[in-house]
Amino acid sequence: MAFLNALPGAVAEGLIWGLMAIGVYISYKILDIADLTVDGSICTGGCVCAVLISNGVPVWLSIVIAFFAGMLTGVVTGLLHTALGIPSILAGILTQLMLYSVNLSILGGKSLIAINPRENNLLMHMSDNPSAIVAGVIVVTATIILLWLFFYTEVGLTLKSTGDNPDMSCAQGVNVNFNKVLGLAISNGIVALAGAMLAQYKGSANINDGRGAIVIGLAAIFIGLSVSMKIKPNFVVSLIGVIGGGIVYYIIYNFVVLLGLKTDYLKMLSAIIVALFLAVPYLKGKYFTKQKPIAVTENAGGGKNA
Amino acid sequence: MLKITNLQKTFNPGTVNAKTALNGLNLTLEDGDFVTVIGGNGAGKSTMLNAIAGVWKPDYGTIEIDGVDVTNIPEYKRATYLGRVFQDPMKGTAPDMEIAENLSIAARRGTKRKLKWGIKKAEREEYKKLLATLELGLETRLSSKVGLLSGGQRQAVTLLMATLKKPKLLLLDEHTAALDPKTAAKVLEITDKIVTENHLTTLMITHNMKDAIAHGNRLIMMHEGRIIVDIKGEEKKNLTVEDLMNLFVKASGKEFTNDRAVLS
Repeated sequence: MAFLNALPGAVAEGLIWGLMAIGVYISYKILDIADLTVDGSICTGGCVCAVLISNGVPVWLSIVIAFFAGMLTGVVTGLLHTALGIPSILAGILTQLMLYSVNLSILGGKSLIAINPRENNLLMHMSDNPSAIVAGVIVVTATIILLWLFFYTEVGLTLKSTGDNPDMSCAQGVNVNFNKVLGLAISNGIVALAGAMLAQYKGSANINDGRGAIVIGLAAIFIGLSVSMKIKPNFVVSLIGVIGGGIVYYIIYNFVVLLGLKTDYLKMLSAIIVALFLAVPYLKGKYFTKQKPIAVTENAGGGKNA
Repeated sequence: MLKITNLQKTFNPGTVNAKTALNGLNLTLEDGDFVTVIGGNGAGKSTMLNAIAGVWKPDYGTIEIDGVDVTNIPEYKRATYLGRVFQDPMKGTAPDMEIAENLSIAARRGTKRKLKWGIKKAEREEYKKLLATLELGLETRLSSKVGLLSGGQRQAVTLLMATLKKPKLLLLDEHTAALDPKTAAKVLEITDKIVTENHLTTLMITHNMKDAIAHGNRLIMMHEGRIIVDIKGEEKKNLTVEDLMNLFVKASGKEFTNDRAVLS
């Protein structure tokens, strides 16, 4: 019964983390960059949004500004990587560390800023889970539709090809470095958007929000894609799968908490889930595949495929 | 169409691994030249193509394409002038994207990409017709992921992508070397057809001396970062592999050292 009571909250929060995971999907799956900026940029989104709202800025405008702040963090990582030649994973770590200071100064040196849901007309708050879910679904749907349209434009296609094959992209006149910066900006913009929603949902922004966000994002991606790839491996289904993955993740999370696991161990749990999803396909390939004869190639059948 | 003047490039300069790959290379191509390039291991063939494509900057010398000095233009911008097919069939196409998507990216080489629809309906029809000319049955698989195709099919698609927007210069870097003989012959046949129909200026590296003789109107042989043999027209038509070996020994004073070239 307690589990059922916790379910709406888990779905609402899962939607928000699913949205964040879509941001991670863009960097990790499309650009093929493991971008650790997100641990900082989700917090930046929350801090910017909370500070603006508590200073009387309209909620919608606060969310928009949080989104652009997130894009800016992606630009920083992108430039560290492309213009200064720092390996992408390190570039993300550097930006993440910078963002800790930035976020602290956004919060005015405090570690937490609360927003009062009674005084402000928030997009979502944990005191009203059903409407939080509706708001979450609307934002998530709009994001998926916009991304779907974008990735079928001329620019969007080259963004895909940049991650898929940078050599080919460059040979076809695509500015690979610009695209990486653009992709990281969009990715972190969405992550910060999720951060802004999370701050409203919880009614506060905390300097420690977002620690381990990348791992939660990856967990949502792996859970989601393990199902959606079996249904239809296209872009929109993948994104919906990622959202579903976020929700499933939070349901598991709540379930485990109700079983009595100390919340101290939850980050360990997230990491183990991701490690399992990464390790299982590898181990399967290594130990559980039958050796096939290598000689069977495309032309064994008289070159009819060639 | 292409003018290379005194091009020099040393890799790892100042170390024990220093390797002079291009050593004062000069080459001028006329409009419509189809040049085959042969040479031993480390002769500088691929280095020359990479220099033209702008993979890195040369230490010295200039490269002009159709009168434009491109020596300092970055690789992605230089792509406007060039069509490229690589030795590795995996390198020229995006495996996780559809055939049509790959082609549409290639069709916009050199134009500013905007937030317009990435593939128009009319384009799909055009791609279908073009794929049909390859005679590989790809015209019905426009929405297939390129990663599902065989190496030969991928090379043929790459060739189409390189020439979809007519390049000023087509660079083929041993583009049939990774294929089995039968597929290689088919891809070469397609190459000939595309080059002739579009009247493309072409540089084709090959390790196969017979292919080098049979294709194109001009043949150059490289050795130690320079061109040591340059044969055109009638003289090229009457060449034999033996002639080439003798020419090499005469010009370089050494035995020809490309196992693959000798054996194939």
